[in-house]
Amino acid sequence: MKKIHVIASAMAVCTLLSSAVFAGSTLNSVKKKGFVQCGVNTGVPGFATTDDKGNWKGIDVDVCRSVAAAVFGDASKVKYTPLTAKERFTALQSGEIDMLSRNTTWTLTRDSSLGLNFAGVNYYDGQGFLVKKSLGVKSAMEMDGASFCIQAGTTTELNLADYFRANKMSYTPITFDKSAETAQAFDAGRCDALTSDQSQLYALRIQLKDPDSAMVLPEVISKEPLGPVVRQGDDDWFNIVRWSLFAMLNAEEYGVNSENVDQLAATSKDPNVRRLLGLEGIKGKGLGLRDNWAAIIIKQVGNYSESFERNVGLDSPLKISRGLNALWSQGGLQYAPPIR
Amino acid sequence: MSSVHTPLPDLPPPITNVGVIGWLRQNLFSSWLNSFWTLLAICLIYLTIPPLINWAVIDANWLGDSRASCDANQSGACWVFILARFDQFMYGFYPESEYWRVNLAGILLLSMMAPLFLERFHYKAWLAAAILFVYPMVAYYLFAGGLFGLMDVETSRWGGLMLTLILSGVGIVASLPIGIVLALGRRSKMPIVKSVSIVFIELWRGVPLITVLFMASVMLPLFLPEGTHFDKLLRAMIGIVLFQSAYMAEVVRSGLQAIPRGQYEAAQALGLSYWKSMGLIILPQALKLVIPGIVNTFIALFKDTTLVLIIGLFDLLAMIQAGFVDAKWLGFAIEGYVVAALIYWIFCFSMSRYSQSLEKKLRTGHAG
Repeated sequence: MKKIHVIASAMAVCTLLSSAVFAGSTLNSVKKKGFVQCGVNTGVPGFATTDDKGNWKGIDVDVCRSVAAAVFGDASKVKYTPLTAKERFTALQSGEIDMLSRNTTWTLTRDSSLGLNFAGVNYYDGQGFLVKKSLGVKSAMEMDGASFCIQAGTTTELNLADYFRANKMSYTPITFDKSAETAQAFDAGRCDALTSDQSQLYALRIQLKDPDSAMVLPEVISKEPLGPVVRQGDDDWFNIVRWSLFAMLNAEEYGVNSENVDQLAATSKDPNVRRLLGLEGIKGKGLGLRDNWAAIIIKQVGNYSESFERNVGLDSPLKISRGLNALWSQGGLQYAPPIR
Repeated sequence: MSSVHTPLPDLPPPITNVGVIGWLRQNLFSSWLNSFWTLLAICLIYLTIPPLINWAVIDANWLGDSRASCDANQSGACWVFILARFDQFMYGFYPESEYWRVNLAGILLLSMMAPLFLERFHYKAWLAAAILFVYPMVAYYLFAGGLFGLMDVETSRWGGLMLTLILSGVGIVASLPIGIVLALGRRSKMPIVKSVSIVFIELWRGVPLITVLFMASVMLPLFLPEGTHFDKLLRAMIGIVLFQSAYMAEVVRSGLQAIPRGQYEAAQALGLSYWKSMGLIILPQALKLVIPGIVNTFIALFKDTTLVLIIGLFDLLAMIQAGFVDAKWLGFAIEGYVVAALIYWIFCFSMSRYSQSLEKKLRTGHAG
């Protein structure tokens, strides 16, 4: 009899473990543990790196921070899980992280077959080419037969193959695992050109012995919209992540930044600004957050422009221009639906 | 009159056979071929060493706190980067105010181990037991906190050399006993014990460590019920220990096979039980024989721990890599890798020297 008891209770514990633990929404579990567990890259300049004090910094990291600011009113309530490219989706699917903000390209396959949802685009990237100026090439179309340094295991390889097949040109790929190695191989002349997402090309370029000897070609051969990802099926959480990003974009559009947000909240008569800052309109009700959730994001993380310039733009060593990432009103693609 | 023959004193050997010149002639220029190789070697040394010293010492940048202080002088190494990040290389993301806990654990271990090297210390067995069983618990609570008002530091913040040492320390300490048991199991006459040991060893030895780590970090969470938390570091650690104990088992088995049959028979003739004959007669001899093999495995393990960087754990190497992808320090990869190589070399070389001194101390003439 005793044995049966033991077996029965073991099975009961087992079923409890398998069902009960994960019940409830991501928002509730995040609130309960008191922080957002955010998956980031193990290290991509400008997107997710650690500074000399060990704090995570970057444009992807700022998305995590804005979500924490919206949920807790404190952008520092994030714990980061550095993930490699191969691990990232499993970590999200298995519930190890609450959201993934790790320069992940939004594609049909990923959106439809992995049980994930892309919550927006925080950086419009595209694959480009870095060539030595001495090569005298002005366009990628002149590069028939050239050899390319590529980082392994990314969509980069596939895009390059597609591009050259479509244009009936041949090429020799030389693959590397780390960006530092790729840059050094290019510097040492092991390949004619280096191909990667444009955001990476700028980071690779500073690593060359003489950065001015190389240039980024104007062509972009792929669409790489990078954005935060959440698990499919939890729409409340999806909305929070998506609108945390939209709040930063809207703030830039309406000219609200971390420095003037308090003052505008007190004085602004502009209905758009007042709705953004939670002074009128739907406020925090739709998302289940406090009324001034967007104001806290802007105060603690900044608007999109501040985050961009600080991490990858003119205030950073990378000096990437806004390009496609400018607001729609300034010729770019960044467009956030209105808060009303 | 008979005269006694007194030989003349020996002439000194020709100047070309003694002293510096003689040594040079004998060792470096004894034939045309040797002379050629000597000159070639001198040429290679001349081509590599002075530029290396120039880069690493003479032209190097030591002062400053940003890349600007290095950009001015690009011909030399930028040690500024290493100095600025050194704490992170050692402790990872461990909170700065809590570094003392890690230091304390390190000092504690060193001071506990020191008496083991004394000849006349009588409580070695007790001390060793304390190091193996009590110390890990003390160290765990020091690192992780949560007791006695120590701040909680979750394992995801452990990193750098500290993580490398923890991983390899646990790997070394746990894989040796498991390996010994597996080796004995594989030579056992009991069919189930024997086949279980063989399956275990061949399975774990047959897969690459990278696969084991990927399984631990990517596959395992999918099998576990959603939301169950199973520390990533612990998963990696278990993977490393199981993997290394399979290797260790084969090293120990090679020692067991080298013991002459007579030793086994003598042990039986004395009426010793299986465990006594193994513990008192066979294993002490066998383990002594395979010290080089065991240390070889330890050194390999120490270096293999760097593979955890592919599952997003920041060991020493990953921490250094994280340093030079920071936009502030982009491009100082060489300095980083040189420092990593140096640190790994220091640890591995001291392990190797220790094993040699151990061999000398335990030499009883049995194996020549």
